[in-house]
Amino acid sequence: MSYLALEQVTKRYANGFQAVKRFDLSVRQGAFVVFLGPSGCGKTTTLRMIAGLEEVSGGAISLAGRRIETLRPADRDIAFVFQFFALYPHLTVRENMEFPLRAQGMRGAEIATRVDETARMLGIAPLLTRKPGTLSGGDAQRVSLARAMVRRPKAFLMDEPLGQCDLHLRESLRDEIKRLHVGIGATTVYVTHDQAEALSLADVVVLMKDGDIQQVASPQDIYHRPANLFAAHFIGSPGMALIDGTVTSASPLRIDGVIAGAPLALTTPTTAVAGQDVVVGLRPEDIEIAPEVASGDRFAVGSVSLREHLGAFDLIDIDLGSSGAAAPTGTALVDARRILKCRTAPNAFAGATRVAFRVRDGRGVLFDRVTGKAV
Amino acid sequence: MAALAITGLTRRFGAVQALAGIDLRAGDGELVAVLGPTGAGKTTTLRAIAGLDRPDAGAIHLGGEDITHHDPARRDVAMVFQNFSLYPHLTVGENLAFPLRAPWRRIADDQIAARVERAARILHIEPMLTRKPTMLSGGQMQRVAIGRAIVREPRLFLMDEPLTNLDAKLREELRVELKSIQRELKATTIYVTHDPIEAMALADRLVVLDHGRVLQDDTPDRVYASPAHRRVGELLGAPPMNFLAARVEGGQVRLLADAAAAWPCAAPAGEVVVGLRPEDLRVASDGAISARCEIVEFFGADVVVGLRIGDERVRIVVDERADLRPGTPCRLTAKAAAVHVFAMDGRRIASAS
Repeated sequence: MSYLALEQVTKRYANGFQAVKRFDLSVRQGAFVVFLGPSGCGKTTTLRMIAGLEEVSGGAISLAGRRIETLRPADRDIAFVFQFFALYPHLTVRENMEFPLRAQGMRGAEIATRVDETARMLGIAPLLTRKPGTLSGGDAQRVSLARAMVRRPKAFLMDEPLGQCDLHLRESLRDEIKRLHVGIGATTVYVTHDQAEALSLADVVVLMKDGDIQQVASPQDIYHRPANLFAAHFIGSPGMALIDGTVTSASPLRIDGVIAGAPLALTTPTTAVAGQDVVVGLRPEDIEIAPEVASGDRFAVGSVSLREHLGAFDLIDIDLGSSGAAAPTGTALVDARRILKCRTAPNAFAGATRVAFRVRDGRGVLFDRVTGKAV
Repeated sequence: MAALAITGLTRRFGAVQALAGIDLRAGDGELVAVLGPTGAGKTTTLRAIAGLDRPDAGAIHLGGEDITHHDPARRDVAMVFQNFSLYPHLTVGENLAFPLRAPWRRIADDQIAARVERAARILHIEPMLTRKPTMLSGGQMQRVAIGRAIVREPRLFLMDEPLTNLDAKLREELRVELKSIQRELKATTIYVTHDPIEAMALADRLVVLDHGRVLQDDTPDRVYASPAHRRVGELLGAPPMNFLAARVEGGQVRLLADAAAAWPCAAPAGEVVVGLRPEDLRVASDGAISARCEIVEFFGADVVVGLRIGDERVRIVVDERADLRPGTPCRLTAKAAAVHVFAMDGRRIASAS
């Protein structure tokens, strides 16, 4: 049953530019939905249309069974969280939380009950008499969330709330939002350009590009089964390596042109057929590395072109060499340099200039080179 | 390019001791990453090197020459900022040439053209030379800003979080590119960041700064493997190192939150803090530490699990197959070699062994 629904929602500006194109989405009550994409993809515009800060050019938005796209922002019963820490320094925590309720015209006894309940839920009841300046960073975060929640809106909208925070604060805030959502289950739409933030927070990721939805999926699905080349490239850190190839045999699955001089052997399920031009998508952890001598059994050998020590693990770049084939690349996302990034334990194969590698069982995704869609 | 040596750099702003005696060296062609939180003194250090701010004490030598009191223009140092300010009315090519056109530089036009062309090639922005900055994406604009530093062929590059304002995806791509450009130019570079992955990936040497002091200065691998201070373990790690109250007694270090968790340790008896990296705490059915799972965060290749050991919160990194659900108990283990022991004031005492 859909709680928040967008049907054919479109944003067209006076100059004809379409920021959002026929956006369809159905969100169940209590879901945490993340709009993800690069700058200019339309994610913030869509969020602002839900909030009523931006008019729709076409389409319908409904929340809890009520059409809202023509209502004033204040009448939509939605809380829009711009960023955290915006607490009034001269008011106590209790007064900070009372503020949005007074603005709504709520009365004294009811206000006190509502504040006490919310404070208890977030574990900040002991802080109610304190001033924001005396709170730790984490407590200040909880209070600012509490102030957004105290109104009990039908939905929370958050526009890159962690954007301006530095890395460690961002991590702890992200944790806090996640814990809170697990605790109270409020329907939330959250906008970010950071795929890690999206994967870790979302029940549902809505990946966008140029005003179009690219994929709507759970974090696990969008990571393991990207619907197209853009999703494969955008999700993951780094994204999938995307290499051109041609299927020579569908069963067992063999692909020519990926590795110089040898077919690439995969065991992933696919509908690709022999002769089909494809793009092979491989994640750094899909590759198993072994000493150069480990030949046979699907292993191929490649040269190491770069090694990055990132602390918990290393990334090793394997140069796949010239494919020999002069096949034109299907899209700009395909790596013309033909580099395979592989993840290894710290300092594994230190000093090796050549290593053996193979794709782990069931890993790797194939895309049709013409349509760019997963096959 | 030239080597940089800073000694005893000190700067106070009113009551705030921004720099409390910083020593920092960068060899010719070396990239030194300076990692620290907001307010650590990173930008103050860069501004002192650039000559945009005067230190209260200390000396700055570049290529063997004392430049502490030189005018900024005479230092031959190029800075790249977080906010890539380009001239909007000039084309990309004109923006690149601009720093070279200063009359006192007396650079011939054909020389300027050659330098602009070279920078554009290195940065893959040749097709954009005739465009205006407003037609560029954020990543392209930052490339142009870096190009403006490159054309000057300075003795030293100073980079102040140049990737911070870019989309996460672009940041990653440009990080790899920046490293190969720096290698190609053999550019002595001081690179300021608060991002541990960026610091690890880019640095030949890593300096960790906090409250105006250098906490550690070593290769990134060695800083990661044996942090000299608990703040280093916290700052260099994503997620950061976990810290747990513990006690050393009878040649063992034992967690206060779970007395069953103990490792051999040569440190003197007393209260300590144990540091454990998220990837070094492993789930094992026969593990000595009992924990309760609170939160599971999926990041693709990694899953970060928030757990409670007694009253203390820790985070561990597991792979996706680990079956942990919020609210369920589990057991953890850590090898002695992965246990870092810090004194109550934060200094490293020892590894358990």
